[in-house]
Amino acid sequence: MSDKIYGLMAEFDSPGALLRAAEQVRAQGYHRWDAFTPFPVHGLDKVMGYKNSLVGWVALALGAGAFLSVVFLLWYANDFDYPLMVGGKPMFSPPMTFVPAYILMILGAAVGALFGMFGFNQLPRLHHPLLAAKRFEMVTRDKFIIVIGANDEKFRDAETRRLLESVGGRNVEIVEDPE
Amino acid sequence: MSELANIEELKQLAPPAELRRAPVVEGNQGLGWLTDKLTAFAEAKVPGWWWVAFLPAAFAAAVIFPVCLFYQVFTGVGVWGNNHPDMWGWDIVNFIWWVGVAHAGTLISSMLFLTRQHWRTTIGRMAEAMTVFAVAMAGLYPAIHVGRAWFDWFMFPIPNSNGLWPQFKSPLMWDVFAVNTYLMVSSLFWFMGMIPDFAVFRDRSTTRVRRLIFSFLAMGWTGSAWQWHHYEKAYVVLCGLCTLLVFTVSSIVGLDFCTAQIAGWHATIFPLYFVIGAVFCGFGMMLVLLTSLRKLCGLENIITRSHIDKVAKLTLVSGLMIDYIYLMEIFIAWYSGDPYERWVFGHRFFGQSYMTFGWVLLGINVGVTQLLWFKKIRSNLLLLFVIGLLINVGMWTERFVIVVGSLYQDFLPSNWGKYYPTIWDVGLYVGTLGAFFMLYLLFVKFLPVIAISEVKGATPQGDPHHPLGGAEKGGH
Repeated sequence: MSDKIYGLMAEFDSPGALLRAAEQVRAQGYHRWDAFTPFPVHGLDKVMGYKNSLVGWVALALGAGAFLSVVFLLWYANDFDYPLMVGGKPMFSPPMTFVPAYILMILGAAVGALFGMFGFNQLPRLHHPLLAAKRFEMVTRDKFIIVIGANDEKFRDAETRRLLESVGGRNVEIVEDPE
Repeated sequence: MSELANIEELKQLAPPAELRRAPVVEGNQGLGWLTDKLTAFAEAKVPGWWWVAFLPAAFAAAVIFPVCLFYQVFTGVGVWGNNHPDMWGWDIVNFIWWVGVAHAGTLISSMLFLTRQHWRTTIGRMAEAMTVFAVAMAGLYPAIHVGRAWFDWFMFPIPNSNGLWPQFKSPLMWDVFAVNTYLMVSSLFWFMGMIPDFAVFRDRSTTRVRRLIFSFLAMGWTGSAWQWHHYEKAYVVLCGLCTLLVFTVSSIVGLDFCTAQIAGWHATIFPLYFVIGAVFCGFGMMLVLLTSLRKLCGLENIITRSHIDKVAKLTLVSGLMIDYIYLMEIFIAWYSGDPYERWVFGHRFFGQSYMTFGWVLLGINVGVTQLLWFKKIRSNLLLLFVIGLLINVGMWTERFVIVVGSLYQDFLPSNWGKYYPTIWDVGLYVGTLGAFFMLYLLFVKFLPVIAISEVKGATPQGDPHHPLGGAEKGGH
């Protein structure tokens, strides 16, 4: 057993209790901590101090990139590389590109949203210290968990434990880091 | 805080009975109970009815389907009933029908999300799965209808030694992109929605194999606020994109028709016509799946009668819209003064060859749909199941009337010819039906069939501002 610890974990029974506790943990000046919930809890983003997620911008960038690439591809394929006359219409005109460009914009943006989410969340990952903790399995069921990381500069084993207990956390326990 | 105070507070908060919304989950006993309930079917032993449904579906998918497919690909499109002038037959009818089945799934899972309909959380996953499998079946038809399936790659802009490129000004090319994009985006959306639920399965797993599989699929999901923060954003973005697809894919299929010169096809109404028809057809399939699976999977408390009532109402709305379009189509044919248009529409209902199809179409899509006005019928699950099946038949007939009904008698009488499907047409359709239901049954048994995390978030226990969610008076 390694003596390196990942953090301290505390359990809460309801999203309301978690939200109140999270507010206090934040007020105490901790930075490297996170709340774990079975579903997105309304208002938690605000308490955690998260700004608007950048996933939307990644989707926009990839969507716009896909749109413009298809416009370019159509010009290159049907006008420049192999001019193709169909129905006496111009070889290239912006409206003719709209439908394929629009569809691939949707594809690009969807890929951007999904992989943007993976990127920001550092998924997929094969291992996480918390996933080895037995009690952490309850977080996908009905428990709400706060973990304060040992790498937080304010982290003191006894003091942090006291804080978590005082805000209503139950089963406060150490999570080990096998690294 | 005492339990009693919470209940008193709840009573004060609640609106009068007639204004009260039906709860998303009936008889809810908390988040833990909900988790047990929603995973129970996937974790239990495979029930008998599942095998009874699965084996014939798997036989159709694994035997009939490949036999018909290989025979057609090795011999040629001629094994089907397609022949001059009916160059489009069951293959295109079934293609449109399958795309249509897919559309209601996307509409339920994405448009109802954007409009914040909490009840959709319980049926969204089933609808998405229906979309993914139905689009896969749809995409197959055009790919083999081209005749030389081994040249399918010509449809993609891949640099090749001939120096040729696809002709991008054709709606048939747009179809290639639309259907493939639809398949990919709805699969991504479906998969992303399941990640938190895979984590639920992972944490509940009792065997090593199960744990390994679901750990792999959950990709290390922990459910941290940071993860949910980005997840929710990505989910909204994907919902918006899927909503665009609801209106795009069938519109482009409609464009295949309305850019043609054939009477009965050459109408600007087609893109909208196909979108509404697709949604209507998909709601029919949704009724079939929901009414049967809620009972078979023991999900009566989750997919409540109130939810099914709402799906039935949406079916009615889309049915009325399609009825209006039928009326417009006939009106425009008459108003255009074009003798060919009038001829085609007259023959849809009074021609010798296919008038039965025309009347089945009217009887079901216009007639049977009106039954959904009645609350008694909307609360009778068996009737809804039958109505759902009938709507699928009606919409299949509609596509047949559009495709064959316009092609078989075009401008020159010397050019006329009837269409009869062959055994290979029927076999391939049975094969795709089998493949669809096989995949669906596998999904129902082994994957999270209800969006567990979404349903939890839609219950009072999951609302931090609700007394049951741990809110204190005056505070959160």
